[in-house]
Amino acid sequence: MKSIRLFVLIFSLGLFFSSCKSTQSKTLTIMTHDSFSVSDDVLNIFQEKYNVKVQFIESGDSGTALNKAILTKENPFADVFYGVDNTFLSRALDENIFEKYSSPLLEIIPDKFKYDPENRALPVDFGDVCLNYQISYFQENNISPPSSLEALLEPEYKSLLVVENPALSSPGLAFLLTTINHFGEDGYLDYWRGLVNNDLLVANNWETAYYTEFSQWDGTRPIVVSYSSSPPFEIIFAENPIDKPPTAAVVTDGTCFRQIEFVGILKGTKNRKLAEKWIDFMLSKTFQEDMPTQMYVFPVNPNVELNPVFKKYLALPNVTAIIDPSEIAKNRERWINEWTNTVLK
Amino acid sequence: MVENIRNRSIELFKQFGLWLIPSLFLLVFYFLPFGNIIFTSISKSSSSFFVVLLTVLSSQNIRQTIYFTFYQATLSTILTLVLGLPSAYLFARYDFKGKSFIRILTGLPFVMPTLVVAAAFSALIGSQGWINTLLMNIFNSKAPILNLSHTLAAILLAHIFYNTTIIIRIVGDFWSRLSPQLRSAAQVLGANRIKSVVFVTIPLIMPAILAAAILVFIFDFTSFGVILILGGPKFGTMEVEIYYQTIGLFNLPTAAVLSLIQLFFTLLLTIIYTRLSNKISKPLSLTSTKSSQNKLVSHKSKFFAGVILLLLISLTLLPLISLIVKSFVSSYYIDHSINNHLFTLDFYRELSINRRQSVTFSPPTTAIAVSFIYATLTVLFSLAIGLPAAYNFSRYGNNKINKILDPLLMLPLGTSAVTMGLGFIITFNKSPLNLRASPIIIPIAHTLIALPFVVRILTPALRSIQPRLKDAASVLGASPREVFQRIEYPIISKAIIVAATFAFTISMGEFGATALLTRPEYTTIPVLIYRFLSRPGALNYGQAMALSTLLMVIVVIGMVVIEKLRILDVGEF
Repeated sequence: MKSIRLFVLIFSLGLFFSSCKSTQSKTLTIMTHDSFSVSDDVLNIFQEKYNVKVQFIESGDSGTALNKAILTKENPFADVFYGVDNTFLSRALDENIFEKYSSPLLEIIPDKFKYDPENRALPVDFGDVCLNYQISYFQENNISPPSSLEALLEPEYKSLLVVENPALSSPGLAFLLTTINHFGEDGYLDYWRGLVNNDLLVANNWETAYYTEFSQWDGTRPIVVSYSSSPPFEIIFAENPIDKPPTAAVVTDGTCFRQIEFVGILKGTKNRKLAEKWIDFMLSKTFQEDMPTQMYVFPVNPNVELNPVFKKYLALPNVTAIIDPSEIAKNRERWINEWTNTVLK
Repeated sequence: MVENIRNRSIELFKQFGLWLIPSLFLLVFYFLPFGNIIFTSISKSSSSFFVVLLTVLSSQNIRQTIYFTFYQATLSTILTLVLGLPSAYLFARYDFKGKSFIRILTGLPFVMPTLVVAAAFSALIGSQGWINTLLMNIFNSKAPILNLSHTLAAILLAHIFYNTTIIIRIVGDFWSRLSPQLRSAAQVLGANRIKSVVFVTIPLIMPAILAAAILVFIFDFTSFGVILILGGPKFGTMEVEIYYQTIGLFNLPTAAVLSLIQLFFTLLLTIIYTRLSNKISKPLSLTSTKSSQNKLVSHKSKFFAGVILLLLISLTLLPLISLIVKSFVSSYYIDHSINNHLFTLDFYRELSINRRQSVTFSPPTTAIAVSFIYATLTVLFSLAIGLPAAYNFSRYGNNKINKILDPLLMLPLGTSAVTMGLGFIITFNKSPLNLRASPIIIPIAHTLIALPFVVRILTPALRSIQPRLKDAASVLGASPREVFQRIEYPIISKAIIVAATFAFTISMGEFGATALLTRPEYTTIPVLIYRFLSRPGALNYGQAMALSTLLMVIVVIGMVVIEKLRILDVGEF
């Protein structure tokens, strides 16, 4: 029994100490979701400039992370929260978790990204949820890839599409919103009925849709709802260098939904000044340039040059579906229920 | 008289001491955070608790979800028993080459993250999987013959895959120590083989069967990943509904009510189980495993062993083998266009390359070390808390406090992971328990899940000890400490190993609680696997497969070490 106690002691002490060693200099804590990433060099620029240690706390997917920020607003976990997107933005603003901060860098950021006039939530990046397809399937079968949402109802695209469940997946919800934006409240359910008749497949999350059902991987479906950034990533993370992506994104007008991610200073922070500096840093060229290869999202700062791979292979949609965050918040449950009753029952 | 009172108070004091550790742990790390989140959630609603409850119960969707949760859990548990019990018998009564290794391998599914298991199943039984390709060749068909994707069958298969090990370990261990003489006696008295098993053996091992079955049932009852990924969007359990209500809709009052309903059923089941188990547990004369096991000699026994092993291997090991294969096969082979490089080590090599220079990068060695430390702490914590609890239950099982504490210990297993995670976050944020940013919170959460296993495994073992033995030792002048050392410990040492193995594997494979509060510097293997699978690209997919293979290797090593070490040596007590 003695040796057990000793073990427990040593291990726990070890863990505690290793977690405490950062307290020598000042610490700025950033709460974020589990897709967050930044490169070492870029982070060090900030840490050295302000002599601060930045600590990240990843709190599950973006919805989970936001819930945690809301539930701890009386006694916040962190100084800054990054990663609330426009589908969740209203929840964050209604719950009043952010302090206002009008960063000087907001000036250069195009207005189309700004959703909060009070500047509690500041836009950082965007990503487009678009249809992706496996190029070889369409070449081999001599059919053209779909170029509109309506096309997916055609017989030649029967049994080709897999989408994610909007109740449980953020790209799934984005695609549902795209169809609501395009067909309107009166038409979107008919459209989905058409998709069901054309043998639509629904997976619960992106991981299953992409890796288990998409024909580029283990599945049989050559069209999947994913991101416009997915094809370039098939190149960056190819096993051996390849010069052409095996997949492509459909970016015709109105077929994509733009997810914009926001950052904000959490109410009650004791590091307000540093938190402001961090937000300025996130909007600056240095951080914004680093984002695409780290998090597969794109800069809102227009002065940023994209990495050559993206320049070459990234297709960005010109016109994306736009639905006001407050509309999304108000109707989310009803839309999802209606969708569920139409598609899954 | 005075002596008597003194003895009684010492006894009471000891009992209180044994009771204190598990109760305190449960109070602080379970009831406090759970109560806190339920209270906070309900208070977010403008209507009263009962109004929310009525609204929830009057929803046809939710009633259907509750019904389906029970339905799939019952079916899954029965099917798991159907495969598990004969396997347990095989491992308990026969000695054959490679037995202990095969038994370790059957424990592997328990640690595999669901996303990876989904990949394994689709490689095996998916429309493009090995089995379908084979069948399509045999029957010369173009369409896949077997289509299990998004069916109830897929859910059931996955639950059997995950949980058979629970039956094998818990029942098998108990069975192996049951003296075969009892059954022989029945046979001498004229009962045939089957009759003697049904009327003699099964009733004797019933406490272990019940203990294993209730654990399997609760696991299936609160199933999340399997339902989500393999069942698909047409199936939903309460756990999935709680997740949707909490994260998707931020409808916390409804989520809280659902959590309470789920908990109510868990509690009800556990109370029934505890009652039954107290009624049927009898002290048995247990023997060492050596004397109870036979070699596979007769054709009949060889045939039996062959069938069981074939079933076990095809259900639990084949999917895992497909993962290992995937981790070594180049994606160019799958992408039929280029037919070269079949074998590759690229995915393994890539694991230690920080290609993006990301701060969240975690080399596999670090993830392995972190997982190992968490798992070791979980084993130590759960034994340190579970052993006194089990000892207490076995000794003073009829005591009123124990009758309450026993089922309560089971509750963490039946509690929704999302609810519990939020509870942790809002509770442990003030001193003296400001743990939310500390890594120690993860082994504590793992201990909550492991504890029911540890207690359920140790209690039947301790209960089975003949009181006569202990009395005899005391009469002969042994101190209580010596009684434990000489009599009780040797009998339960194997149960401790089974318990430690479960605690270890639960911690190694746990994802839900770990993902609640990860700091990039303390990433575990499952969290890393999920991270890879959430990004597109051949290297990411391949690395997820490679890490899953590494996870299997690490877990096998861990289990072998636990079995070899017999962690607590008798002399130390």
